[in-house]
Amino acid sequence: MSVVPEHVVIVGGGQAGHQAASSLRDEGYVGRITLVGEEPQLPYQRPPLSKAWLAGGLNDGDVHLETEDWFAVNHIDHWRGERVVGLDRAARRLTTGGGETLGYDHLILATGARNRPLPLALEGIAGVLSLRSLADATALQTQLAGARQVVIVGAGFLGLEVATVIRASGIDVQVVEATGRVMSRALGEQMGLALYARHQLQGICFHFNRRVVGITHAQGRASAVQLDDGQQLAADLVLVAIGVQANAELAVQADLATDNGVVVDAFLQTADASVSAIGDCACFTHGFDEGARWRLESVQNAVDQGRYIAGRLMGREEPYRQVPIFWSEQAGCRLQMAGVAAGDDLEVPCGDAHSEGFSVLRYRDARLVGVESLNRPADHMAARKLLLRGLSPALEEARQPGFDLRTWLASAAALQA
Amino acid sequence: MSNNNYILRVTVDENLCVGAGLCVLSSSDVFDQRDEDGVVKLLQEYPDQASYEKVLGAARKCPSKAIKVEQVNGDAP
Ligand SMILES: Cc1cc2nc3c(=O)[nH]c(=O)nc-3n(C[C@H](O)[C@H](O)[C@H](O)COP(=O)(O)OP(=O)(O)OC[C@H]3O[C@@H](n4cnc5c(N)ncnc54)[C@H](O)[C@@H]3O)c2cc1C
Ligand code: SF4
Repeated sequence: MSVVPEHVVIVGGGQAGHQAASSLRDEGYVGRITLVGEEPQLPYQRPPLSKAWLAGGLNDGDVHLETEDWFAVNHIDHWRGERVVGLDRAARRLTTGGGETLGYDHLILATGARNRPLPLALEGIAGVLSLRSLADATALQTQLAGARQVVIVGAGFLGLEVATVIRASGIDVQVVEATGRVMSRALGEQMGLALYARHQLQGICFHFNRRVVGITHAQGRASAVQLDDGQQLAADLVLVAIGVQANAELAVQADLATDNGVVVDAFLQTADASVSAIGDCACFTHGFDEGARWRLESVQNAVDQGRYIAGRLMGREEPYRQVPIFWSEQAGCRLQMAGVAAGDDLEVPCGDAHSEGFSVLRYRDARLVGVESLNRPADHMAARKLLLRGLSPALEEARQPGFDLRTWLASAAALQA
Repeated sequence: MSNNNYILRVTVDENLCVGAGLCVLSSSDVFDQRDEDGVVKLLQEYPDQASYEKVLGAARKCPSKAIKVEQVNGDAP
């Protein structure tokens, strides 16, 4: 039997770290909780930063996850603006950039991820930005005020969400993408094409299979983006959105395994029983997928892992097991994904790619592993239930014209009952 | 009856909701998700005072800002 730790320290005050602290109290944990975060703000959520917040409809306070009072009421010690720089596992002690030391009985790493920079020397060039934090979003919004031509590097969810918001304000947007389609890491080909068509309708121009080899500048300010085929794209603002890398330095320093993030088992625990990792920084063994290791970047993952770890520290013993979900808002559409379809080998469309709503079922070895839905929330919800129960419609059935996931789920549920 | 001279009224925008379900985690007395598509279902337009704090928390945490909470004067109808 595990013993409930007396002092839980959480490093990283983002979505996952905040959730772990909050869920510990919900679970009735009465010990000490210290949440140490590098950012100066109250914990906040990032999704609106590339959507409603950027479009101008929200204040900073609207994205905060809690108020100041909440920390006092819940007896959570919140160290803000403090970066943890040292981890001594033998002594169970952390040191911060400000020179403080902090002992722990259990340590939760919730350090998230940071944006990958372009592999170019860009020091001293103004007008090249990236978006992860509220500070980044503020800088982007300020600089957009005077921008006329924006180039976005990377056609992932972040780049495309920002492209949508910028385009809606009448600014010229071009997107440069190294692969042959939009969101090629997260989405299958058919959904990628469906989204691409919608982005073109908004008037966004794409350059696929192209790499950025340089940024031209005039008086220290970006003026054009150079592509590997010699093209020059005029730009007064460049947004680099080419993905993230996990913040795993503390684990490296403390000799804990890392591999695309902090390696944890199906209980989100490192090789050291007093250190766990959750959220964007954690690469975990998934109970679902025959032991495959995943590192996910989503609110659902951060929240569910934060909740899970609280329960585990309070003595629950089952492994982490949740259907991964993700959503995005772009080109005026609501995109929702359930499951993780990496390594899939077959796509079955449901509905017409040109109609308002459309879904794609993704199979691997004839088993359903993910569902992507565009403006079809009912398919998404059915997919979540189906994947959770490990149900998979046979391929022949799914390929029938008019196949409907919800109807299928209802009949499968009836059979099981 | 309320002790304060205001009460809270909750509204949800189904078109904004992405079915993340965070509101249900915050306050399952006031919010639920529709079984068929995961879209938020408002259980109490005028929640009990005891749940005010949780309802305000739910509005803050909703990633698509689909929940609005407004102060209205007087008692719930
Ligand atoms: C603009 C944007 C839009 C997004 N939109 C969506 C969306 O629509 N849907 C969705 O599901 N997901 C979305 N995401 C992803 C989602 O926000 C992340 O998956 C989530 O924030 C991960 O939470 P986290 O706590 O693991 O990491 P983070 O939120 O990154 O938090 C980690 C925190 O730890 C701090 N930290 C790091 N190292 C240290 C240290 N050594 N000491 C102290 N503090 C440290 C960091 O400063 C940071 O504040 C979006 C992300 C961005 C950036
Ligand atoms: S938290 Fe917001 S988006 Fe999520 S289900 Fe509730 S209302 Fe919908």
